[in-house]
Amino acid sequence: MSDMGTMIEDARALDGPLEIGGETFVSRLIVGTGKYETNAIMIDAIRASGAEMVTVAVRRVDLDRTKEEGILHHLDPQEFFLLANTAGCYTAEDAIRYARLARAAGFNDFVKLEVIGDERTLLPDVQATLEAARTLAGEGFKVMAYTNDDLVTAIRLEDAGCVAVMPLASPIGSGLGVVNPYFIREIKTRLDVPVIVDAGVGTASDACVTMEQGVDGVLMNTALAAADDPVRMSHAMKHAIVAGRLAYLAGRMPSREIAVPSSPTKGMLD
Amino acid sequence: MSENETIRVQVNGKEREIDRGHTVRSLLESLDVHPGMVVVELNRDILERDRYAAVAVSEGDALELVHFVGGG
Repeated sequence: MSDMGTMIEDARALDGPLEIGGETFVSRLIVGTGKYETNAIMIDAIRASGAEMVTVAVRRVDLDRTKEEGILHHLDPQEFFLLANTAGCYTAEDAIRYARLARAAGFNDFVKLEVIGDERTLLPDVQATLEAARTLAGEGFKVMAYTNDDLVTAIRLEDAGCVAVMPLASPIGSGLGVVNPYFIREIKTRLDVPVIVDAGVGTASDACVTMEQGVDGVLMNTALAAADDPVRMSHAMKHAIVAGRLAYLAGRMPSREIAVPSSPTKGMLD
Repeated sequence: MSENETIRVQVNGKEREIDRGHTVRSLLESLDVHPGMVVVELNRDILERDRYAAVAVSEGDALELVHFVGGG
């Protein structure tokens, strides 16, 4: 086994699995499948990331070219756990419609609920998200809800029956990293269901810092797909997620603004 | 072709003139769509896959044929 593989194996011994809605995952990284230059790069990148859960979108079949367009022509649903999203929906009604269509595909009851409220920032409409979450949870969906970094909304989403709450690090596709670590930490502290930070991670250090807040996982797409070398970035992210998680579990030293020598001050020569 | 032999339906938002007598399954086949790879919504209701061959397509029906694509 390669050194890098060994690192990940070691991490497994030092950390428990990620459990969401009765499903168990070794990887704490969830990845999207959008915006890759080619399907071959996408598959290589996802495999390099070590992610087991991958998101997909529901769209009309293009009847002019049906053969290669569907992602299941490229992505084996036996190899990855498919998490369908409701991306692009601006109302609770639309999101519910998309979720039902996704479930009818017959893979699982999970849905990444996303109801957008603003086109420029793609920030969520939390009221519509809550409404859709209640309806879908009532229909037996395992709802993983994309939301902003608002604690009260996160609590309401948990109360609505979501199996995971997914606050953003920063806007979708922005690559700005985690802009409000305090709120992310507070959400994690206050919720019992897994907290997955969804959106905004730009590079490996962002992923690492996000995991250091103590959250259960990170969901990303653009950071991988829009990297110059998506496969290499996926390797980097895999390690960043593990590094951040283990650093969180290990408990960091207190930071201080004056130096403390690491070597003994006694025994110095005259 | 006389009017009786064709009907007008909406498929994925576009109007199409198709032969009368199609089931959902035969319509999918005529469109070169594998029934196992899509989810069908007929007049805003999801149609279970095992009913494709039993449900007839009628004049004015609106069908949505969706599948999974890349997304985040």
